Amino acid sequence: MSMTATDLYETTVGLEIHVELATASKMFCGCPVTFGQEPNTRTCPVCLGLPGSLPVANERAVEHTMKIALALDCRIAEHSLFHRKNYFYPDMPKNYQISQYDLPLGYAGAVEITGGFGTTRVGITRVHLEEDTGKSIHVGGSGRIHDSHYSLEDFNRAGTPLVEIVTEPDIHSAEEARAFVNELRALLESLGVSDVRMEEGSLRVDANVSVRRAGETAHGVKVEVKNMNSVRSVGRALEYEQERQRKALESGERLIQETRHFDEKSGTTSSGRAKEVSSDYRYFAEPDLVPFEPTAEWIERIKSSLPELPAARRERFVAQYGLGSADVEVLTSTTSLADWFEAAAAAYKGEPKKVVNWIVADLFRLLNEAGIEVGAAKISPAQLARLVELVDSGAISGKQAKQVLGDMFATGNDPEAIAAERGMQQISDEGALDLVVAEVIEQNPGVADKVRGGNIGPLGFLVGQVMKKTKGQANPGLVNDLLRSKLVE
Amino acid sequence: MPIDRAAVDHVARLARLDLSEQERRRMSDELGKILEHAERIQALALDGVEPTSHAVAIRNVMRPDEARPSLTQEEALSNAPVAEGGRFSVPRILEEEE
Repeated sequence: MSMTATDLYETTVGLEIHVELATASKMFCGCPVTFGQEPNTRTCPVCLGLPGSLPVANERAVEHTMKIALALDCRIAEHSLFHRKNYFYPDMPKNYQISQYDLPLGYAGAVEITGGFGTTRVGITRVHLEEDTGKSIHVGGSGRIHDSHYSLEDFNRAGTPLVEIVTEPDIHSAEEARAFVNELRALLESLGVSDVRMEEGSLRVDANVSVRRAGETAHGVKVEVKNMNSVRSVGRALEYEQERQRKALESGERLIQETRHFDEKSGTTSSGRAKEVSSDYRYFAEPDLVPFEPTAEWIERIKSSLPELPAARRERFVAQYGLGSADVEVLTSTTSLADWFEAAAAAYKGEPKKVVNWIVADLFRLLNEAGIEVGAAKISPAQLARLVELVDSGAISGKQAKQVLGDMFATGNDPEAIAAERGMQQISDEGALDLVVAEVIEQNPGVADKVRGGNIGPLGFLVGQVMKKTKGQANPGLVNDLLRSKLVE
Repeated sequence: MPIDRAAVDHVARLARLDLSEQERRRMSDELGKILEHAERIQALALDGVEPTSHAVAIRNVMRPDEARPSLTQEEALSNAPVAEGGRFSVPRILEEEE
């Protein structure tokens, strides 16, 4: 194997992820947490930092943070504190952010990710709770901060509960970083603690990236990359940044420790130029908020309230439904999709794999074309199950079923109704079918005996024979019922 | 022992304080005394004494996650020196490059 440029260098990445919690009220006051309101209509003396106001911690936000920490296999601190992080910036009305410093709620966890790179264990340094800032609009010049004339501040978001998750520098490629963010997003979604929408900023990812020559023990110069607004951007930004640093090392250029912003359009990172804030934060314990010392009972109660996490669900999908890892990966990418599949599999009488094929191939195409998530689709899991059963029974062909699915997706109507409407006729006259059913039983005495003996398996074969005799026009549900009433009950 | 002038200037800049020459001299003196006091405490044998961040022994104070009415936009902006379009208007954030 020949050495490539990639083999000569090693990339090290640590991620810092901010997650806005889905609570009804802000972290330290009762202002509602909502999106898209008129500016400065969700503020009060506490989140505006007016003199004399006092913060009180939001219980659900604290519990959500503990949930996240436990799901990331962290330890929960016996003694945890809020600190003031002091700096001046107009989007922060108090001139300090209430955050956590050396005593975060959760620490020393880990997440396993898998992909083309194999399996990597990513350590979680800490999980802490803080408050979000307001939002700035820069006016004048190009509309960017560097050449604007002044800025406008909206504090509706200020004080929204924000969880910060910091990983160990255990990530060594853009692919691993993407896999980690995907895994974390699925995990947070399953916990129901956040909207996890990267585009809307409820999940924000910053990366510390350094490159060194292979074999060196000291880390390279650390560059912080910000402004990555999708999982795809995380991958693109890291690929660009590691290449930039490699080239610099190759040409002997000196890299500097700095913050760089990813530009979606050009796919490049650029230096933040002017220094925005001092990094001398003079942390000190927040005097207005007393310490947290979660009791063993409290931690246990939260632990037992955790839902099935994505990793466990993937294992169960393999064991319970006999699916391959590629199918499982797709189906568990979001909690809502996994839920939808399970509802369809529960309603479906045949092999779950058949339902998977319809979801992954045909339903996904329709969802992509419509640009919606499965949860927003008109078709229900039970309806898809019935559609596949129509094909299984021979009532309609696979090709016809694709047309029916298109109609179901557009209208939300039942597959049987659509098939009938489209002239994919079925015989639902009980008297007429009864004769055919009797005939099939007579012609297949061995199979009929098996079913009588309690082996339901071959029932599908008999249904198929009836369908064949009726040229696929019999109502399979009715045939099924008739056969059962004659052989089983 | 007074702390050096550069440290006073640094802390003043972080706190956005514009100190006169006289104030800087006084701060140098007072901050020095505070640090001396901290040094005296640090010199004590305090093994086994838990650090104290709060003078009260209360723990785990929280409120239920319930939304309450906010101020109106007019109320929120009533102390703003300048407002525009329902937002607080603030001077240019980044200084000219030095």
